[in-house]
Amino acid sequence: MSKAVLVDITKCVGCGSCGVACKMWNNLEYRKESPMLGKDSKLDAENWTNIKLVETETGAEKQSIWRFVKNQCLHCEEPACVSACFSKALQKTKAGPVVYHANLCVGCRYCMIACPFDIPKYEWGKVIPRIRKCQMCPGRIKEGNSPACTEVCPTNALTFGEHKDLLKQARATINNDKKYVQHIFGEKEAGGTAWLYISDVPFKELGFRTDVTTQAVPHYTESIMHLTPAVGLTWGALLTGMYVYNRRRNTIANEENDNKKGK
Amino acid sequence: MAAKNWSFRMTPTRAVLMALAAIGGALMVYRLVVGLGPTTNLNDQWPWGMWIGFDVLTGVALAGGGYSTCLLVNVMGIKKFAPIARAALLTSLIGYLLVMVGLFLDIGRWFNFWRPFVSWGHTSILFEVFWCVSLYTTVQLLEFGEIATEKVGKRWHGIFKKILPVLLIVGVLLPTLHQSSLGSLYVIEVGKLYPLWWSLLLPIFFLMSSFFVGPAMVSLESLLSSRATGHKPEYNILQSLIKVAGYMMLVYLVLKIGDLFYRGAAGLVFAGNLEGNMFLLEMIAGIIIPLVICFTPKLRNSKAGLATFSVLVVAGVILNRMNVVFTGMSDYIGGSYFPSAIEWLVSIGLVAMGVLAYLFIVENFNIVPKEQHEAETDKETAAVKHTA
Ligand code: SF4
Ligand code: SF4
Ligand code: SF4
Repeated sequence: MSKAVLVDITKCVGCGSCGVACKMWNNLEYRKESPMLGKDSKLDAENWTNIKLVETETGAEKQSIWRFVKNQCLHCEEPACVSACFSKALQKTKAGPVVYHANLCVGCRYCMIACPFDIPKYEWGKVIPRIRKCQMCPGRIKEGNSPACTEVCPTNALTFGEHKDLLKQARATINNDKKYVQHIFGEKEAGGTAWLYISDVPFKELGFRTDVTTQAVPHYTESIMHLTPAVGLTWGALLTGMYVYNRRRNTIANEENDNKKGK
Repeated sequence: MAAKNWSFRMTPTRAVLMALAAIGGALMVYRLVVGLGPTTNLNDQWPWGMWIGFDVLTGVALAGGGYSTCLLVNVMGIKKFAPIARAALLTSLIGYLLVMVGLFLDIGRWFNFWRPFVSWGHTSILFEVFWCVSLYTTVQLLEFGEIATEKVGKRWHGIFKKILPVLLIVGVLLPTLHQSSLGSLYVIEVGKLYPLWWSLLLPIFFLMSSFFVGPAMVSLESLLSSRATGHKPEYNILQSLIKVAGYMMLVYLVLKIGDLFYRGAAGLVFAGNLEGNMFLLEMIAGIIIPLVICFTPKLRNSKAGLATFSVLVVAGVILNRMNVVFTGMSDYIGGSYFPSAIEWLVSIGLVAMGVLAYLFIVENFNIVPKEQHEAETDKETAAVKHTA
């Protein structure tokens, strides 16, 4: 069945272990100018995950607080990136991960345009670039392990498991503890994602894209794509009809002309 | 075999064009050798830039004159437009070839360019665009084959003449599909693309604008090339042609306004921000003023009116595509993108190559009606009769 990860933002202390584990497991380069932890951290070709420090305020006294948000691909249930790839280089696996196959990729970057969370990144500096993003460690999942980042988390901020179960667990947690906001990010966003988040600070303040559509993004384009064959056929038939009709009309007109000339 | 008499007059303008084309060509090779990072200003925030926005999206739209003229002349049988059909086809063909080059330069893993044909990623709009554009370019090459074989490889001419009807129909069908698909490409940007432009009707808007920009492009081209080559433009034809465009623009305008109200985005038009103002500019300068010119007979029938109409409509469609790709996205993406010198020079080089190719072909093949144009059309009607 489909696997998922639940991120409990209240538990994350920002140690960065998950980021280190990700780099090690996936052989990603460390770059000084692009940290994976902190205020200025961001995703890029070598940062498949980043732990962003968000400073915000809480309570009546506007007390300043810190939160850490771990970003990575959310592994949508119906991924926009997969539907956008005309080369099938991105594929949703049964187990949950959305996996990239460089050998199929054309490098068109439509997946980057399509992703509602702006996850896929590109190797701009390379002559033959690849798309880079969190793969959700499909090899580890296949062997019955959890993804590298969730494995090393010392505070249990990251829980790996069945999608169904984690959703239930998340619901129970936010219902039982008043400090949580009543929202599971990823339950409905973009039609549902494999990575789920719960938090005590409103998601918008943490920089989540809360205005994202709750419809699976591919549905928008599919509604158009499904029309294409019908429109194509009708239009083709119409064109042929018009062509034949006008040619006949011309022929007749010409014959009449000829007849007139003949007389 | 008769002497082929190739000719190409050298003028200072052409020398400049050649220089630009050469620079562009050299930079294209450089781009393939060193990659996109060092040559463009693209980045993870702006994965698509000038080459996609201008060379591909706008290029395809502006090449719309080929299929719209073909539809009018060959399918709907409006013979009075026939004299400009060949010129329109030629521009369109060159346009598409340039688009293909532009696309090829923009894809990072270009040696994989054939993958989508076999991978069959049919859920992607890009898949449809890719198939249609490649097929249509082939169809246009074959259509041009009919013209070319009047001069070279004459014995093939009969075959080309025979398959021409099929080519013509397919040659209208395919562009209709992919012109609209280029709009659909941006439907996936739901919630990212500014609401003034994002709409489920994007495919229809792209299709309609590619249709009405056709006559404007054809007029512009006739006016320009009449200066370059000395052929007198066919004013009567062009004037009735832009009227066809005018009616389409009227429908477009009504649909656009209706759509804005339907989606509740109409208020954004006068918001006074960058997006609102660019949208107004696009609609007023690119649609409304040309409409006034088009439906005021005195203006339409003057050379200046015709020229102004064409320039405005073409500029309006370019602006529309730029707004979708850049203006409408900048608020969501943040950060800024401005094309690098190399991106500019390659784009300019591509246009220069196109213009040179056009001039060369017009000088050497039977594209623009000459003195014997009467005889030509007779021959053509005879041929049509023959195939019927
Ligand atoms: S978050 Fe983006 S990259 Fe990840 S699966 Fe969803 S659409 Fe694809
Ligand atoms: S860049 Fe590669 S993975 Fe992304 S859509 Fe294009 S072909 Fe598919
Ligand atoms: S799931 Fe694997 S690839 Fe994704 S962030 Fe965690 S360690 Fe990195």
